[in-house]
Amino acid sequence: MTVMPLQIRSAAHFQRKRLMSFAAPAMILVYFIYIFVSFDIGGLAERANLDNARTLVSDAYSYKTHVTRDNRDGSVDVSIEGERKGRYAEGTGPAWVALGTDTLIDLGDDHVVTFGETQVTYDVPGYGMIVTEPGRSGVNAVFPAGELPDWINASKNRVTISTDAGRLTVTRNRSEVFRYSMGWELFFFTLDSPYHGMEFGRLVGHAFNGEAGAIWSEFWANKMWRHGDVAWALFETVLMAFLGTFGAAMVALPLGFLAAKNFTPLGGLRFAARRVFDFLRGVDGLIWTIVLSRAFGPGPLTGSLAILLTDTGSFGKMFSEALENVDSKQIEGITSTGAKPLQRYRFGVIPQITPVLLSQVLYYLESNTRSATIIGAITGGGIGLLLTQAINTQKDWEEVTYYIVLIILMVMMMDTFSGWLRRKLIKGDEGGH
Amino acid sequence: MAELTTADIQTDYMAQVRSKRVMNMILLIVFVALMLGGFATANDRNAGGFWNGLPMLLDFPTDVISEAFERAHLLPGYFAKYLPSLTETINIAAASTLLGGILGLLMSLLVTRGLAPVPWMVGPLRRVLDVLRAVPEIVIALVLIFILGGGPVPAMIAIALHTVGALGKLFSEVNENASLKPIEGLESVGAGWIQRMWLGVIPQVAPNYLSYALLRFEINIRASAILGFVGAGGIGYDLRNTMSWGQGKFDEAAAIFLLLFFTIVVVDQTSSYLRNRLTHGSIKGEMHA
Repeated sequence: MTVMPLQIRSAAHFQRKRLMSFAAPAMILVYFIYIFVSFDIGGLAERANLDNARTLVSDAYSYKTHVTRDNRDGSVDVSIEGERKGRYAEGTGPAWVALGTDTLIDLGDDHVVTFGETQVTYDVPGYGMIVTEPGRSGVNAVFPAGELPDWINASKNRVTISTDAGRLTVTRNRSEVFRYSMGWELFFFTLDSPYHGMEFGRLVGHAFNGEAGAIWSEFWANKMWRHGDVAWALFETVLMAFLGTFGAAMVALPLGFLAAKNFTPLGGLRFAARRVFDFLRGVDGLIWTIVLSRAFGPGPLTGSLAILLTDTGSFGKMFSEALENVDSKQIEGITSTGAKPLQRYRFGVIPQITPVLLSQVLYYLESNTRSATIIGAITGGGIGLLLTQAINTQKDWEEVTYYIVLIILMVMMMDTFSGWLRRKLIKGDEGGH
Repeated sequence: MAELTTADIQTDYMAQVRSKRVMNMILLIVFVALMLGGFATANDRNAGGFWNGLPMLLDFPTDVISEAFERAHLLPGYFAKYLPSLTETINIAAASTLLGGILGLLMSLLVTRGLAPVPWMVGPLRRVLDVLRAVPEIVIALVLIFILGGGPVPAMIAIALHTVGALGKLFSEVNENASLKPIEGLESVGAGWIQRMWLGVIPQVAPNYLSYALLRFEINIRASAILGFVGAGGIGYDLRNTMSWGQGKFDEAAAIFLLLFFTIVVVDQTSSYLRNRLTHGSIKGEMHA
């Protein structure tokens, strides 16, 4: 080979490289522009609901207490998040609500709302006294002189006043005050529990006085946060992943032998096994989930079987590839001692492939925990179901946050666990990934 | 010290084998018990039991297939009808893979010891990747649908975030195996961090990156179909509609099943062919090199 053609070739090579280094980013850019147009990202700003985002974020770390007066019969009701489960018993309330003929609600920072016999007043510091009078014909409101600020929204039938301290809504039938507070209220005990509001030290004291069981069951059966149900849901999700993954591994192992060239000389059988794997994988978990849930109904069994079917396809393919890579010398050695076929597999093949298979199966265990959450959300089972339910109510965002944190912890724990098990079972794999 | 006789060694060995067998047996029994107990529990908590449901297992597929057969002449029309949704599903997967791949590349360089420009950020950023990887896409998608409304964008963001976590980790493992010599060479001529990464690291690892990104694309197609099912646009959304409207729509559902099936198979096969070429190199190319 002379120098000249080599030089020409390398020059051309460089030319191509240079072109590629511009063409590739340009193509990506063009594709993104196409996506921008076809997904209508420009119109996203209109469709996006920033109020939703605000509620979501503020709800995630705070809660609101509703003080509601029924204007027809004059009864006053105090509840957390406006839910029946978080209602204060008749005639009781938090310290900032003074119940009586006139209900005095101290929203803090000198904001005071009073529910009177006929009038509802709101004293806003720096603005003045707002007096509203709900009646048969609507809501009469008297505001301090001057133009209405934009945090007041008044019409004939409804007056809404939103300040930093809280919110007052007066309609013909109801007067309602929201006060926002930090934290997840009633996380440990609901209001009807004898342990609500008890300091930690006294709680420990009670626990040592033989009430530990009662305290635990009060906590576990918390109607607001349903810790017991949530724990069950997490368990169900992990169970789905466990049963699906290991069930699939057990089904796929014998099928893997069928699909491996060196164990199944029969081409037709091999072809059939491989097409079964392709079919199981190609149909995909989503469709398996739909088909199975029609037969078995929603629940963890449906999820387990859906994972099992999909992963039988994936495992079958991987196992047969691993089996095709086994070293035949070890099998020959075992054969030379007069081993029967089953013993040949047991001592010649299985020890070789176990580390490979196990590490793949354990890797899938973690990824299937995520799949189980998703399948649960579709079919209804496990933590996925609780999450979709909480999201669909569009107001229990603190519960959504709680579930998301639990899901992340669950997946990470499964990751750690499967990594630990992998190291434990497959010695000498310390450096492996 | 007493000499060990062959008999001693044999008894020792047999005892070891026996204890190992006992251990294996116990492990096996525990495992089988866990599986059986697990299936029993799952069965109890399922709405319909396994044995009750088994005879009905084929009812739904039979319905779908028979309806599709009855109106087989309509199928090509349905394929054309749902092609735009399929394109959207593929676009969600492709855009999120690209976006996640680019961000994952950046993250991977930031979390690889020896390459990271800010060494103390390695640990925290790795935790960020762990969290991104641990969140199922559906969680982010559902929350984003609430804020942004339905459509492909929430799905794209959700899948892209997960992809950043997954590819960031895989890429950083590839980076760890990259040779540091080109980087040192570039550093000696005064190259900045970006130049060192772009000219020293990326050319070494690009084939592996591409291979992982293709694998991710396969996974993301499936994820994108699933997210459609919960309201994020694409073919999954149509699938849910045709199924929940029930009567008389199963032929359309069948058309969607088929479209989805063929897309997944084609993408899987193409990507596994390309990945094979990327990791082993084409035989033709090797001979010419």
